Amino acid sequence: MQIPKYKPLDRKSHPPYLFPAYGSSVKRGPHRRLMPIKQTLSEITGPLFSGIKLDPGENDLSRSVDTGGEAMGERIIVVGKVIDEDERPVPNSVIEIWQANAAGRYRHPVDQHNAPLDSNFTGAGRCVTNEKGEYRFMTVKPGAYPWLNHSNAWRPAHIHLSLFGPSFVTRLVTQFFFPGDPLIPLDPILNSIPSKNGRQRLIAAYAHDVTEPEFALGYRFDIVLRGRQATPFEDRRA
Amino acid sequence: MKQTPSQTVGPFYSIGLTSKTMNVLATDGTEGQRIRIEGRVFDGDGKPIPDAMVEIWQANSYGRYNHPDDKQEKPLDGTFLGWGRSGTDENCLYGFETIKPGPVPGHDGTVQAPHINVVIFARGMLLHAYTRLYFADEPVNEKDPILNSIKNKKRRQTLIASPGMENGKTVYRFDIRLQGENETVFFDM
Repeated sequence: MQIPKYKPLDRKSHPPYLFPAYGSSVKRGPHRRLMPIKQTLSEITGPLFSGIKLDPGENDLSRSVDTGGEAMGERIIVVGKVIDEDERPVPNSVIEIWQANAAGRYRHPVDQHNAPLDSNFTGAGRCVTNEKGEYRFMTVKPGAYPWLNHSNAWRPAHIHLSLFGPSFVTRLVTQFFFPGDPLIPLDPILNSIPSKNGRQRLIAAYAHDVTEPEFALGYRFDIVLRGRQATPFEDRRA
Repeated sequence: MKQTPSQTVGPFYSIGLTSKTMNVLATDGTEGQRIRIEGRVFDGDGKPIPDAMVEIWQANSYGRYNHPDDKQEKPLDGTFLGWGRSGTDENCLYGFETIKPGPVPGHDGTVQAPHINVVIFARGMLLHAYTRLYFADEPVNEKDPILNSIKNKKRRQTLIASPGMENGKTVYRFDIRLQGENETVFFDM
């Protein structure tokens, strides 16, 4: 049986479990060395959600699905492609999206930030990549918000994304940021990424070609998932 | 191209990830032994985490994954995707309604004991962590290549879920410890 393996997790691109400047990691990041295992069918398969049909409006966070009322804030269009390390597109892949509203408040009971909620904004959505791996959703630009990590701590504006890719090992949850945000260099969560280039890759690019006149600003954020090993592993008993 | 870096799910993931029920894998027609899986995720102080999220991926009762790269000649069960997601409730418990998977092939003709693939997310975790759940009542655990590669018995035990009965239903308890003396074995894969 041919087992098409995936390339290893790139430790220079991903944060370590423990990053003391991000206080919550200290008690929650595993301490012991991870145990290396060879990929088997269990690792190279994963949920594909093929044929998934989204409800109308799931890829448009900028208005209420119930009333059609528009969320407050700067309307933006986010596009990008999901590819693997060899630039192969990852088609028909679900992307789950969540974010704070334009005032920097999440529609979540734990968020006690003294900023207004917006009845037209849930802050959650989904989109699916097309055959070329491209995705697109509309939303409003999230606001920055304070958190208790350190004195006068503020998260830069960001949008959370969750992706599966074709296997159990390609799972990715990340966040992207907006260019020119002065809070970016101060953010311990983004700074947990070891390489400067890695941190840079989480900042979306302003995309004037995506911007629609008299309507919304465009941003582009491409996502790279783990790719296949060049030579598939040949099981001797195949 | 370099991999896009991981970031934490943060404290508010539930609005995007767990607002719908996704922890029921087995439906009426699903073949196999019905089980519930339940547990808590503990931090380095031994405190249960109220904002963790667990996802599972498993083979069907025959030991086949619902995925095109699983080319085994075992039956597929059209009612069973094999994937689920659970946040933690007010008692810090996660849980899944599923079936016990069958054994799946490992490397070089080996057979892997029935297991469920597990991935853990939480506020404070900058990168998710992978582990596996094995069933305490499976004699084939003794031949499982991955369990056997964990030399320390106590460490190996962190991957074993013990069965109990609750309201006539088999419940496997699987607690996950992110740190400490009994830190769960997590995989680099």
